[in-house]
Amino acid sequence: MNARALVRPAAVWRAVGALADIPVRGARVVKTPAGCVAVFRTSEDAVFALHDRCPHKGGPLSQGIVHGTSVTCPLHNWVINLGTGKAEGADEGSVPTVAAEIRDGRIWLSLSELP
Amino acid sequence: MSEAIRQRLVVIGNGMAPGRALERLFETSPGTYAVTIFNAEPRVNYDRIMLSPVLAGEKKFDEIVIHGDGWYIEHNVMLYKGMKVVKIDRAARTVTADNGTTAEYDKLLIATGSQPIVIPVPGANLAGVLTYRDLDDVTAMMLAAKSRGNAVVIGGGLLGLEAAAGLREQGMNVTVVHLVPTLMERQLDSAAGHLLRKAIEARGIHVITKANTKAIIGEKKVRAVLLEDGTELPADLVVMAVGIRPNAALAKDAGITVNRGIVVDATMHTSDPDVFAVGECAEAFGQAYGLVAPLYEMANVVAAQLAGDKSAAFAPSATATKLKVTGIHLFSAGDFADGADREEVVFRDAARGVYKRIVLKDNKVLGIVLYGDVTDGAWFFDLLRRGTDITAMRDTLIFGPTVQAGAAKDPSAAVAALADDAEICGCNGIPKGKICKAIADKKLKDLAGVRAHTKASASCGTCTGLVEKLLQLQLGDAYHPSASQAMCGCTTLSHDDVRRLIVAKELKSIPALMQSLEWKSSGGCAKCRPALNYYLLATWPGEYVDDSQSRFINERIHANIQKDGTYSVVPRMWGGMTTASELRAIADVVDKFAIPAVKVTGGQRIDMLGVKKEDLPAVWSDLNAAGLVSGHAYGKALRTVKTCVGKEWCRFGTQDSTALGVRIEKFMWGSWTPAKVKMAVSGCPRNCAEATCKDVGVICVDSGFDIVFAGAAGLDIKGTEALGHVATQDEALEVIVALVQLYREQGRYLERIYKWAARVGLDTIRKQIMEDVERRKALFERFVYAQKFSQEDPWAQRAAGKDAHEFRPMADLTPLQAAE
Repeated sequence: MNARALVRPAAVWRAVGALADIPVRGARVVKTPAGCVAVFRTSEDAVFALHDRCPHKGGPLSQGIVHGTSVTCPLHNWVINLGTGKAEGADEGSVPTVAAEIRDGRIWLSLSELP
Repeated sequence: MSEAIRQRLVVIGNGMAPGRALERLFETSPGTYAVTIFNAEPRVNYDRIMLSPVLAGEKKFDEIVIHGDGWYIEHNVMLYKGMKVVKIDRAARTVTADNGTTAEYDKLLIATGSQPIVIPVPGANLAGVLTYRDLDDVTAMMLAAKSRGNAVVIGGGLLGLEAAAGLREQGMNVTVVHLVPTLMERQLDSAAGHLLRKAIEARGIHVITKANTKAIIGEKKVRAVLLEDGTELPADLVVMAVGIRPNAALAKDAGITVNRGIVVDATMHTSDPDVFAVGECAEAFGQAYGLVAPLYEMANVVAAQLAGDKSAAFAPSATATKLKVTGIHLFSAGDFADGADREEVVFRDAARGVYKRIVLKDNKVLGIVLYGDVTDGAWFFDLLRRGTDITAMRDTLIFGPTVQAGAAKDPSAAVAALADDAEICGCNGIPKGKICKAIADKKLKDLAGVRAHTKASASCGTCTGLVEKLLQLQLGDAYHPSASQAMCGCTTLSHDDVRRLIVAKELKSIPALMQSLEWKSSGGCAKCRPALNYYLLATWPGEYVDDSQSRFINERIHANIQKDGTYSVVPRMWGGMTTASELRAIADVVDKFAIPAVKVTGGQRIDMLGVKKEDLPAVWSDLNAAGLVSGHAYGKALRTVKTCVGKEWCRFGTQDSTALGVRIEKFMWGSWTPAKVKMAVSGCPRNCAEATCKDVGVICVDSGFDIVFAGAAGLDIKGTEALGHVATQDEALEVIVALVQLYREQGRYLERIYKWAARVGLDTIRKQIMEDVERRKALFERFVYAQKFSQEDPWAQRAAGKDAHEFRPMADLTPLQAAE
């Protein structure tokens, strides 16, 4: 126990749900102590996770329209790249990303990377 | 010119060639001839080249008409529709139709066209065996295709492949049988033929080459096609597209010289100096012609000769061929057979499916085959027609004109490099210089203008891109190409194109639409997806399954997102009327869920602001219990119908405006529209409900109801326009519903009624709604039908558990839960 407590975990992966819990080209929210994380599922069944706050005015990205590997923020239509968290087009800004993986149909998030 | 001295011109046939000849004749010497046309087909002149798009469901007959009935009236042409000429009496100078109608002529123009060759195999006359020639054939094919059965197309040439692609589009299981190893062997070499075959097969069309048809089997109706090698192909429909033969029998019977076709000289005169022949029935220089470009050249010569220009002469030149199957790009021209005295330059890019071959003889271009990338077709074709010596550019010839110019890769450069007399529109023989001149002289701004003034790109449309580039070159920044009217970056199609194609191609899902219309992105974007979802929903009520992921969050969750991510909730208050129990329920909900703000809206209802997303279903459940339903304050949909108290209370009221407002709202709630729709009903012209700045408004007067529309009071301020006056509430409802349905069918997504009305024209709308009673009733019925699928309270559905995932987090990892 002691030995473990002395080592800062490099990554704590947590299962947050099944892939099927998220609609195709949709998103769901995971509440964490550090704030909400938006977990996206693309039409190709890839998952991505971002801090659920648009870099522009803090809009909930989880409520946006998912297209390709981007999401359009519901407040002012900024388009955020799901992979990089960066705003696309002429807008500048970025949102922290969270590593996400699918293992056996379950979605895992790397919570040590939480903002 | 008086009738007495006008010469009588009789035309036998009403196809594209005589149509063009008359058009030119009326332009150059109007009034010289009194014209009578006998048309064996019971209709006006239409663009036969476009029959394939009609078969593929991309166009309707109306869209391919060249001369409508009005044109014949305008030019005093006597058009006998559905009358077949059976006799020409050259001595008496008369022609006689099958019903006995006789006309005298001073000049006669024979344009009887051609007929498809029917191969003489047993069973060729069975029911279900068709050729591909006119609109009747297309109609018959489309009818047969409804069975979704098996079709066999005999002939893998241009027409056969277009028929096959069209039948496949119509849902049939299609096999093409072709006599020789290469498809379209007259236009393609074997390499391009192979690429074409792969593209055709990729559409699910089965191709059998080196196949000789032995017999067509069936009792009364066709059942199968038997090939020479014993293969039996099941068939509910057989289309023969193996070639055409000039219709020369009528001329032959009249003693006019006929070979394969009606023999004409370069001036298009037959052996009788008063008789001309034009089009596919004519044979000039020992050859009959089937492509539109030389036929239009013939037509121009006939027109000039008739107008008195004796020098006009037909000089057949090389023509280019294109296949009109959406998504397949090929271009061929000239002679590209192998030969000892010929050389060739070939470019291949297998991954992109591109193949280019230029055949050279004596350092001049003799033949061109382009497959996959046909951008430089016009340039190569120009080199061929001119006989340009290409020695200097031979090394880079195959890479096209941009490389010759040494310029950066600018898509306009190829067009800029063309000489003024280079042909742009092959169908109509329009050179670049003529188009540029028209753009300058007539101050043309768009494609429609160029088409109207020069006809360039108005026939088969494959040169549209070139014409647009000319507009771009000439106008610079002043030109706003159709690309800027495109829905979004995912397509070059405009909103209107997409709406039309959804209907024409019966596209009933977003993936099907994106596949069929060749969307450039894999799944659309936040601009096009909501629009497509609306168009499909409005076009196919009850069939299309709403794609909630293509809806903006407000419409997905049935509440309005606020800047902090909370939502606002606005229940319906029909016509702005409410009750104590409704108000009490709202008060209770506000208390129970600690809703921070309550506001009275401009639309006569109450807005609860700051509701947490997780609370929405419970809030709705409580509101539903008091009879309150969704007000659709969040949707591109019917919002409110504002009313005044009308004659029930007001001393000036003329009608029960409140009751009418409530009735309209109860009838129309739940319908989706291109953009939001706000209405109002005022009980007298004092207009307390402010109906004259709404999308649709009613002003009650003693004699009934004045209906107004196309107002705005937002980004733009605009008073309404009059639509019409009706006497009763029932009529008022019918008119308003029909108007909104017309808007639902024509409006572009996010286009408010006032913008739609300005675009299509107020009068056009008035005529359709107020004057054309049948149309109004049909629109009304379509709205009523669509409402069957939309009048269900979305709040009640979600309070009962629908789309629960929208309202709950997927997981909660906050400490409270983690401690459990």
